[in-house]
Amino acid sequence: MSDVGDDVSQVPLLSVRDLGVVFPGGEDGDVPAVRGVAYDLAPGEVLGIVGESGSGKSVSSLAVMGLLPRNARVTGSVRLRGVELLGRPDGELARIRGNDIAMVFQDPLSALTPVYTVGDQIAETIRIHQRLAAGPATQRAVELLDSVGIPNAAQRAKAFPHEFSGGMRQRVMIAMAIANDPDVLIADEPTTALDVTIQAQVLELLETARQLTNAATVMITHDLGVVAGIADRVLVMYAGKAVEQGPVGPVYAAPRMPYTIGLLGSVPRLDRPGQTLTPISGSPPNVSRLEPGCPFASRCPVVLPVCREVEPELTPTAVGSAACHRADEIVDGSIDGVPVFPPPVLAQARGLVARTERPAVLEVREVTKRFDITRGAVMRRKVGSVSAVDGVSFDIREGEALGLVGESGSGKTTTIMEVLSLQAPAEGSIVVHGKDVAGLGRRERKELRRDIQVVFQDPLSSLDPRLPVGDIIDEPLRSFDVPRAERAARVGELLRLVGLAPEHANRYPADFSGGQRQRIGIARALALEPKLLVLDEPVSALDVSIQAGVLNLLEDLKVRLGLAYLFVAHDLSVVRHIADRVAVMYLGRLVEVGDADDIFERPTHPYTQALLSAVPIPDPVAERQRERILVRGDLPDPANLPSGCRFRSRCPLFVELEPGQQQRCAEEDPALVEHVPGLASACHFARERTVVPG
Amino acid sequence: MSAPADPLVVADDAAVSDHPGQKAPSAVVVRGRRSLVLRRFRRRRGAMVALGVLVLMFVGAFLGPVIYQAITGWTYSTQDYTAFLQPPSPDHWFGTTQIGQDVFAQTMRGLQKSLIIGLLVALISTGLAAVVGACAGYFGGWVDRALMWGVDLLLVIPSFLVVAIISPAFQSAGWLVLVFLIAIFAWMITARIVRGMTLSLKEREFVLAARYSGVSSAGIIFRHLIPNMSSLLIIDATIAVATAIIAETGLSYFGFGVQPPDVSLGNLIASGTRSAFTFPWLFLFAGGLLVATTLAVSVIGDALRDALDPASSRAGGTK
Repeated sequence: MSDVGDDVSQVPLLSVRDLGVVFPGGEDGDVPAVRGVAYDLAPGEVLGIVGESGSGKSVSSLAVMGLLPRNARVTGSVRLRGVELLGRPDGELARIRGNDIAMVFQDPLSALTPVYTVGDQIAETIRIHQRLAAGPATQRAVELLDSVGIPNAAQRAKAFPHEFSGGMRQRVMIAMAIANDPDVLIADEPTTALDVTIQAQVLELLETARQLTNAATVMITHDLGVVAGIADRVLVMYAGKAVEQGPVGPVYAAPRMPYTIGLLGSVPRLDRPGQTLTPISGSPPNVSRLEPGCPFASRCPVVLPVCREVEPELTPTAVGSAACHRADEIVDGSIDGVPVFPPPVLAQARGLVARTERPAVLEVREVTKRFDITRGAVMRRKVGSVSAVDGVSFDIREGEALGLVGESGSGKTTTIMEVLSLQAPAEGSIVVHGKDVAGLGRRERKELRRDIQVVFQDPLSSLDPRLPVGDIIDEPLRSFDVPRAERAARVGELLRLVGLAPEHANRYPADFSGGQRQRIGIARALALEPKLLVLDEPVSALDVSIQAGVLNLLEDLKVRLGLAYLFVAHDLSVVRHIADRVAVMYLGRLVEVGDADDIFERPTHPYTQALLSAVPIPDPVAERQRERILVRGDLPDPANLPSGCRFRSRCPLFVELEPGQQQRCAEEDPALVEHVPGLASACHFARERTVVPG
Repeated sequence: MSAPADPLVVADDAAVSDHPGQKAPSAVVVRGRRSLVLRRFRRRRGAMVALGVLVLMFVGAFLGPVIYQAITGWTYSTQDYTAFLQPPSPDHWFGTTQIGQDVFAQTMRGLQKSLIIGLLVALISTGLAAVVGACAGYFGGWVDRALMWGVDLLLVIPSFLVVAIISPAFQSAGWLVLVFLIAIFAWMITARIVRGMTLSLKEREFVLAARYSGVSSAGIIFRHLIPNMSSLLIIDATIAVATAIIAETGLSYFGFGVQPPDVSLGNLIASGTRSAFTFPWLFLFAGGLLVATTLAVSVIGDALRDALDPASSRAGGTK
């Protein structure tokens, strides 16, 4: 039972009690996706529900909305202003949905109907619930679009969903959700599919929407930083059950449930670069085959015998409630002064030779990659070209990790694909280990592959499902004609190096969890003992608790094997954790390059500043005190770039400049120059600014 | 970095420090895909039975006539003028035809041909489809255009026309030419499907990963692309076995390969169908063997498909 928000004097706006959802007939029997969730919501209050994939956080909210498939068995009680919602016929619920409770979905492209204009879709929800005529409803739809920050709303209302960018679509969804002034707004991972800069815009908008309607908001997310910034209370879910809940501040400061402690400890943080992450071992249990006792017991470092027998109930603690037998013993993440999750011991960097004296493993000079835009199906003709990468230069020295960051569409992936192809670029040069790839013959190019290997983002698609793990890791060795006996031994070594067992060689990728698969991908990349590892978003497909283990492994390997990394990521916290140097990319150009400490602590380019300020920090106090620098709008069409500085159209600094200075931005394309020592930035008016609290 | 650490040494360190109780690397046998698939295949009892049936049929087809001749004295070409259209008896195990030929001797003789034709055609046509389709899809560009042009050409040209035109040239070449002729007109549609699947498969990152590991294009096609399409290919080959055995009859009409007095299962079935109800032994044994062949091949194919597909739970894990 929840103990928060239970105010006898008034009925809570939304009250959920003992909510349970069972999907009958899964592969391993019935699936109890939700096993007891309870919370109350007051008007204007924001509740953050966090949990990893499969924890039941989305299902519990769909159950509140009555949107689960017919075969799902829902138990417990959901009361809106004291009126029971569960068990009502769909027709009655439909009147409540969209009017009193509205939902914002994760993927706005599939949540909007592709064959109607967005204006019509918003007007439809208004007409259904408010009995307005078509004209006024359309008028109201335009107003709503305008209020969620869609420029040119009257015109854009006539556009179809596919004509909007992801961020704009999410704005449309929010406009639709607030169209009927709902009392409760449920947002299911509303920003997961978006870039950080757009995420910041959407979160800001959700906050505005909440203020406009005074709706209570349920924010479902896996991102602890988002909850820290927006929520009043937090509810942590694990294996279908609420395991900890309470006000955001105290829960983040002194979590009582080991799972919460583990989650908070496994998130890399922008403001704590040196901190060692504490991964949670193992992976979440299969809810349809739960053992008796606490579902977290198998992963819990402070497990007691009782934990394996009795499942703990959510019991009140000093600030909220936690479901743990040892909740009372845990103080400040420790039991008797010993941390619940002791930080793992990683190899420490040895005395490094100064950067300039180390040899470069990769030098990229003025590389440009253009894609032609063609028209016509039969007589294809070129009508122009788009430069996905435009004059990018950087180098990576031995033993160094370069983080390449930027929004999607900034050209990060194109850049690394150019490097990995080991073909001469159309313009510029790529030098790997002192050898220019332009002059390479077939055999030399293959030989050079030994030095540069890659780990992909999605461990599911980067491992051949039909090959046993041993053969997958063995593949690079085989293609370089390593003798058979040597290969077999090496596979075992590599598996052990990445924290798996040699026996795993005889299993298929499908038998492994996401984190383990990524380890297999890393083992394959390490097989040829490369000097440089290209990591393309290596942890973005993984759950937080698993991510930490892979990041620690990468950090450890870097030091132990003296590897250099080219680390591409959109998550700046991850980059902060692992990179020595950072290059920020925008629309195919590098806009700022320098040491990680400099870039994160005193960025000079407005884009870097905006990017950093958009990354949420999982610390409610720090997060709420931060000053936000928002970029405006979306990435411009690469075929139609603004004149002068490419960032001008979205630049937060540009609007503050004097007209004369703006003129310069509009006319002159800024070059990448060192404005402050050690930091090169492509801005005419570069100036240092601290955006991450120290 | 002073000196790049030797990964082999470091790996040993890791093993000692992180996993103290671990076995030495040599204790674990790293099996390749081939041996794993074989193990999974062998675990299927049905498949082993079907394999046994197929082997028995081969033995019967090639040794049967010899033994039969020793016991009863009849061969496929000799005639018994005392027994026309006789039902099965100790003298003629499967009975006799209108002109006194021994049906058992003929069936076994036919089985020899048909087994080889069916299996070879399936192997060649599916193999060709897989290689051509995968190459067209993987390489794209002019390779794709050229190969698909060939495929479309073969699809639109009526096959019997081509066979009729070139048949005089191969008249004397024997029935093995038949195998190639049947195969050459049986692979195109599968090739197109394979090409389509390749187009989507090659976008998967494991193909890129293999290429960046230095694997050659041929290596990618044969180690990654084709095994990932094995389900389709195996089904295709299974169907091709039966189709080829029947198609052989049609082509024999043009005067190819299996000509009287020589027989094939297809001939026997074709001539026996008319009297299937009146003189069932003319049709039943040949038909039964055809069904047995296809069934055995399909059970084996099914098991092979499960053995190759790690997602299949019927093959029972990977141990």
